[in-house]
Amino acid sequence: MSTADLHTLTGAYATHALDLAERAEFERHLEQCAACALEIAEFAATLARLGAAQAVRPPREFKQHVMASLNTVRQEAPHSEHKLAATSNGRRRAVHRFVLAACLAAALGAGGIALQQNQQADQARTRATTLQRQQDRIANLLTATDARTTSGLVTGGGTATLVWSKNQDAAALLVSQMPALKNGTIYQLWFNDGGTMRPAGQMQAGTTAVLLTGHVNRAIGIGVTVEPTGGSTQPTEAPVMLLPFV
Amino acid sequence: MSAVVNLQGPGRPGPDLKEVVAKVALGDRNAFSDVYDAVAGPVLGLVIRVLRDPAQSEEVAQEVLLEVWRKAAQYRPERGEVMAWVLTIAHRRAVDRVRAAQATADREHRIAATSHTPAFDEVAEQVEGRLEREQVRRCLKGLTELQREAVALAYFRGLSYPQVAELLQAPLGTVKTRMRDGLIRLRDCLGVTL
Repeated sequence: MSTADLHTLTGAYATHALDLAERAEFERHLEQCAACALEIAEFAATLARLGAAQAVRPPREFKQHVMASLNTVRQEAPHSEHKLAATSNGRRRAVHRFVLAACLAAALGAGGIALQQNQQADQARTRATTLQRQQDRIANLLTATDARTTSGLVTGGGTATLVWSKNQDAAALLVSQMPALKNGTIYQLWFNDGGTMRPAGQMQAGTTAVLLTGHVNRAIGIGVTVEPTGGSTQPTEAPVMLLPFV
Repeated sequence: MSAVVNLQGPGRPGPDLKEVVAKVALGDRNAFSDVYDAVAGPVLGLVIRVLRDPAQSEEVAQEVLLEVWRKAAQYRPERGEVMAWVLTIAHRRAVDRVRAAQATADREHRIAATSHTPAFDEVAEQVEGRLEREQVRRCLKGLTELQREAVALAYFRGLSYPQVAELLQAPLGTVKTRMRDGLIRLRDCLGVTL
């Protein structure tokens, strides 16, 4: 099945209308497609509204029965992100260009994320020279022989360019005209590990360039959210921007 | 019959269920009792809607609620509301049950036998949440017939999309895209955001 076909399966996947083989194939696609993951989550929320509208009153003894059964069920541990990272053994997951392109097209179609792809490292260097506050490590990144960039618009105004290098396993974000923040809030950066957001540092309003904290590792993109000063362990609001590593 | 049925919707009052589930993950039974009160009605209602058999539905609904207890630590609040997480589990278990039953029955006959009833019928006005139901119904009406039938047959009957295509006598690819288009339109009509 082609990738474009796979992406249109989001509706059938969310309604559990795929057979096991297609479901497995789609879930492999989902690991690499943040736009698909977002669409699935939105569909799950949409279908939950349909489902909740079917509510009935359970018999009272039903609750007693369920509560009494808790004793017989062992609670599972949380999924460990560290474990996942460790099994990757430092190796980057192969990025399927076509998959990411399909995700991008979908993201553009959804209108929530505006992206502009730019694969020329030369242009990243040019852009870099126009930024006033450059940090050495960011400059290193920008001049890396394998530096890649992608740009996007920030919800509420402003633009951002993501620069990264596979060799350096690092990424930086160059921003301009990001909206001012309310007191007590900061911009927080995240690596997008296939839909799971991993904290990647913070950015004050007015910052023009920031190196993301931590390694790119297997991340498929980055996100920016507005969080209370001090930061959060996971995003508390919808991102103001998502950019993929493509 | 005094349990309160909470329907998730805009401005729904009550404790933040996400925080309550975090307590459930620590083995807090009182917290689980609160989650039960919020989700048990929708879980049982959805499972009954898909399975049609009340006795079997109670069994499946119990499995769903125990899965919520078992997997509370794996709930990811950043990926959506508790109700969506729980009802996704409920729907998958109901569909698994439907598929298992189909595997041992005359599939063609079963589909044919139910093909002339409307894909979604009137919901009995027996619980609170009429406004929410009205909104859902209104939004469903905003879909094209093919979108609505495709979504409803998959979600409320637990049919696979090839079965939906067969019933609607539409190409597989068309059904696939209509399901997605229909859900996008529903999402926008219901104002769903994460």
